[in-house]
Amino acid sequence: MYNFEFEKPDTIADAVAALGGEEAQALGGGQTLIPTMKQRLASPATLVSLTGISEMQGICTGDDGSLCIGGATTHGAVAAGAGVYPALADLASHIGDPAVRNRGTIGGSLANNDPSACYPAAALASGAVIKTNTREIAADDYFQGMFDTALNEGEIITEVRFPVPEAANYQKFVQPASRFALVGVFVAKYADGVRVAITGASEGGVFRWTEAEAALSANFAVSALDGLSLPGDGMIGDLHGSGDYRAHLCAVMTKRAVNAAG
Amino acid sequence: MPKDGDIKSGIGASSKRREDIRFLTGAGNYTDDMNMRGQAHVFFLRSDIAHGTINSLDTSAAAAMPGVVQIFTGAEFEAVGSIPCGWEVTDKHGAPMQEPRHPVLAEGKVRHVGEPIAAVVAESLAEARDAAEAIVVDISELPAVVNMKDALKDGATKVHDDLTSNLCYDWGFVEENKAATDAAFETAHHVTTLDLVNNRLVANPMEPRVALGDYSRADDQHTLYTTSQNPHVIRLLMGAFVLGIPEHKLRVVAPDVGGGFGTKIFHYQEEAFCTFAAKACNRPVKWTSSRSEAFMSDAHGRDHVTTIQLALDKDNNFVALRTDTQANMGAYLSTFASSVPTWLHGTLMAGNYKTPLIYVNVKAVFTNTVPVDAYRGAGRPEATYQIERVIDMAARELGVDPIDLRRQNYVTEFPYATPVAVEYDTGDYHATMDKLIEIGDFAGFDARRKASEAKGKWRGLGINNYIEACGIAPSNLVGQLGARAGLYDAATVRVNATGSISVMVGAHSHGQGHETSFPQVVAEMIGIPEDQIDIVHGDTSKIPFGMGTYGSRSLAVCGSAMVRATEKIIAKSKKIAAHLMEASDMDVELKDGVFSVAGTDKSVAWGDVTLAAYVPHNYPLEEIEPGLEETAFYDPSNFTYPAGAYACEVEVDPDTGKVTIERFSAADDFGNVINPMIVSGQVHGGIAQGVGQALLEGCSYDDNGQLLTGSYMDYAMPRADDLPFYAVDHSCQTPCTHNPLGVKGCGEAGAIGSPPSVVNAVIDALNSGGKKVAHIDMPLSPDRVWNAINNA
Amino acid sequence: MAQVKMTVNGKAASGEVEGRTLLSSFLRDSLFLTGTHVGCDTSQCGACVVHVDGVAVKSCTMLAAEAEGAEVSTIEGQAAPDGTLNTIQQAFQDHHGLQCGFCTPGMVMTTAALLKDNPKPSEQEIREHLEGNICRCTGYHNIIKAILAASGQDVSALAAE
Repeated sequence: MYNFEFEKPDTIADAVAALGGEEAQALGGGQTLIPTMKQRLASPATLVSLTGISEMQGICTGDDGSLCIGGATTHGAVAAGAGVYPALADLASHIGDPAVRNRGTIGGSLANNDPSACYPAAALASGAVIKTNTREIAADDYFQGMFDTALNEGEIITEVRFPVPEAANYQKFVQPASRFALVGVFVAKYADGVRVAITGASEGGVFRWTEAEAALSANFAVSALDGLSLPGDGMIGDLHGSGDYRAHLCAVMTKRAVNAAG
Repeated sequence: MPKDGDIKSGIGASSKRREDIRFLTGAGNYTDDMNMRGQAHVFFLRSDIAHGTINSLDTSAAAAMPGVVQIFTGAEFEAVGSIPCGWEVTDKHGAPMQEPRHPVLAEGKVRHVGEPIAAVVAESLAEARDAAEAIVVDISELPAVVNMKDALKDGATKVHDDLTSNLCYDWGFVEENKAATDAAFETAHHVTTLDLVNNRLVANPMEPRVALGDYSRADDQHTLYTTSQNPHVIRLLMGAFVLGIPEHKLRVVAPDVGGGFGTKIFHYQEEAFCTFAAKACNRPVKWTSSRSEAFMSDAHGRDHVTTIQLALDKDNNFVALRTDTQANMGAYLSTFASSVPTWLHGTLMAGNYKTPLIYVNVKAVFTNTVPVDAYRGAGRPEATYQIERVIDMAARELGVDPIDLRRQNYVTEFPYATPVAVEYDTGDYHATMDKLIEIGDFAGFDARRKASEAKGKWRGLGINNYIEACGIAPSNLVGQLGARAGLYDAATVRVNATGSISVMVGAHSHGQGHETSFPQVVAEMIGIPEDQIDIVHGDTSKIPFGMGTYGSRSLAVCGSAMVRATEKIIAKSKKIAAHLMEASDMDVELKDGVFSVAGTDKSVAWGDVTLAAYVPHNYPLEEIEPGLEETAFYDPSNFTYPAGAYACEVEVDPDTGKVTIERFSAADDFGNVINPMIVSGQVHGGIAQGVGQALLEGCSYDDNGQLLTGSYMDYAMPRADDLPFYAVDHSCQTPCTHNPLGVKGCGEAGAIGSPPSVVNAVIDALNSGGKKVAHIDMPLSPDRVWNAINNA
Repeated sequence: MAQVKMTVNGKAASGEVEGRTLLSSFLRDSLFLTGTHVGCDTSQCGACVVHVDGVAVKSCTMLAAEAEGAEVSTIEGQAAPDGTLNTIQQAFQDHHGLQCGFCTPGMVMTTAALLKDNPKPSEQEIREHLEGNICRCTGYHNIIKAILAASGQDVSALAAE
């Protein structure tokens, strides 16, 4: 790693101030950023840890019944504490490994927007609201491509609000080495329709499979997906699988998610 | 025969490992745990391009960076020797292999991603790396040669300009058999042909390599602490061939080593560098590899591309076998690279079968990739995989049972001289197959297949035999075959005055449990408790010149030396005891640590005799010397031939191509077994590596020679949830006839024996699902299996 | 450089660190607790697992500065002061759950965390919990067996040896 100054503010306000400095970067749990820095692929002058900000920790239920998760809440805490949204808790319980889940945070994951990460699928399929220190961003507006989000420089995810669906499920087919999603499909059924978000597959990052959503909104059954497929073009192709294979897995995993969601 | 667990101590006991105490409490002493006063750290600037000409290298800005002690480039090493290759292979025309210079730091050209170009020694590793980034390197990129077929084409870019081509050697074995073998194919009733790839692997011991060089001006003494399986081999190669340091001025220490699997046999540039730089900088110099560095600097394994053909007569007897292999050497010849596809592979091509005619052709090829060398099994997995895959394919083509086809062709009479120049001393291949059928519950397979089908999964059962040659020897033979080293081993048994024993051994333990199992042998021979005996290993200043641990040789070769030395101890101690009891040493017996005279009530304890040896007041000084310390060097008269039968059951998910291992069974014949618990553990680990090769692991490069699998993010290591519990058995025992313990070696069996059964099982599963798939190359990743299903 | 203070295996510990100093480096290089190993640089092998404030973390993927004021436990603090192995350590020895020993500290610390939350895990739960701990020697068979035994479960059916 290149060296840097380390700061660990107690409040969002102090964190925002610290991030206003020259080449300052926020540090969530560090489970992606620290390995990246070890490879010397990132070189912040100041690293501002968000792990000491108590107002960004924890899980609660909002007035509208949505699940509110502090941006610095670890995957492990979500796995244990998001029982009102079992599919989300289950997703969190399968991110990385137990030690990673004890450090990695939901805000860090969403801010990084790795194209193979799990949380983006949940946020997008749930129509979550990403709350920052300055505004609220709808998931549909938030994800803007691989490692690209609507966040501005120095903007911090303070909370994520998930409307709780009637039924939901996440199916992850793992890349055998990294155990990230080769393809991960999150299906969420709400009163006003079904949302299907897919991570791992597309060169454009997480995306909604609108055809499947329409079919499932009309009939929430595996059979509704019969004949639906995604093209391999635009899918990630690498040594772990071609674009066609990923496209195929999208359909398979969507069916499995619908089946499991019941 | 006693059951495992019946024996409580000595040979055959599952004694708990004494080394575990330090490893379980964080008290192990691995090389990176060592730090010396005044120590500096080195970071190697490594090439990020596969092939190119170094136009210039400007270190001036880097030299001015904070903490920098000294910067080295290839220029400083031009007068230093080449990293040597330890085996000269002679090609089929009688010419020696092409052997390029292998510099410590790149000289003029870079030839693979990861090749060290410059080395920065600094106060800390971070400062060294900071400074390395300030080195300005101008390299003109040349076309990279990655694929072996392309490398052998006329006019291909040469990896080494001073060689005639990228062909290291074209080896034929046995050349005299070629015409007859080809003729047998002409008249065969059936010929099965299989093109296959034995995928390139990275050994990945969990401890990355480390080297720590130290130099004492006081006595002109060099010391290298290194993560090695064989410190004497490193001392010889580095001292004599690279740095020109006489052996009495060079000590090599391999302390606790966190796994080797072959990749820590070899002498590497970083070892020579740290030894050299410690003197040049006049301070200890330490290199600690990161895992990312390991992927591009540890020698890789396997990487063969083969066409194998099996000829059968109308009764399904094997009549001939021939195989044509291209073996990737990488950019340079690593220590034993040249021997792996030849003598460690060609000599095993008979497998467990009495095929009368065999011809093996191997072309070793230079490419712009990391050097390739021995990895757990080394040549023998490649042989086994070919044989056992082509037999399975033949069985499927002929519609015969794959077990029956194997059984009818087994070697059953021993000793058996194969057509590929080796002689199997003992074996019972029907016995291990019978045992496999039992422990693998083959009888229940159909029911399990139906249960899988009910879940929408396809279940397959794959089996294979294997044979390996361990404890490679004798030295005078391997010398004729091109080995530039002896392959004996050595042990010194030092009995202390009060009767406790230190055994200094040439073998090195880096997971194998020698510190526990070796004392079991000596304890059994003398009849004293195991805890009275300690093993000393890993330090050339303490142990006799032994060749280390690889090729499943430790017990068969070094253990035999230990037995011989202990026999000398017993013979001498009987003389002392005879003197003390006023009897003839011919009449003295040693049992349970007590010397007695047959037919009398005279006895004297072990401790009394050892004390007399060191306090020789009442002692036959005119006949024997005081003291009780003996050394033996043991050079085996033949290889040992462990063999066995393995079975794998898989489920394939037709929707995704995902393969899961449902059962894995291994019936091995290792001859006699010293510690069954440790032997089973060795087999477990080998199976995991073999399953890893079959399903998960594959080192890959793009067309420009960029490493695509440079970390655990892309190189899939087997994890706990990839694997089941295994059923292993080693009760079939046909002891080796030519070593004193009757042991054969068990370290590599699992890795050799498991890949074919996994692939055979997957092919069986796909065919059960109606997909006529004949072969899929390893690793059988989900996308490959899915593609095979789709294309069937 | 900045000063960090923490409690390690029940004892106060402090030292000077750079911003980039990892917890694993601080433990190994400043406190000489070399039982915590570093086997990769992508946070996957788990040889470096320690407990920070009671939960397992990968110490090579946590800055030393982040552990300011924390309670840290490492492999060196697992056995009794007289050297008696704890239940997990003893089970690993009894069932040959280690070979080269390099991954072992991380395996023991990960197991301790598992058994705290789940005193009688199933084989499958154990295998899944070890997702972030790679062993190259044992093929995991005896590690799983040791963990089942450490949690008081019968492993006699698995007792090949």
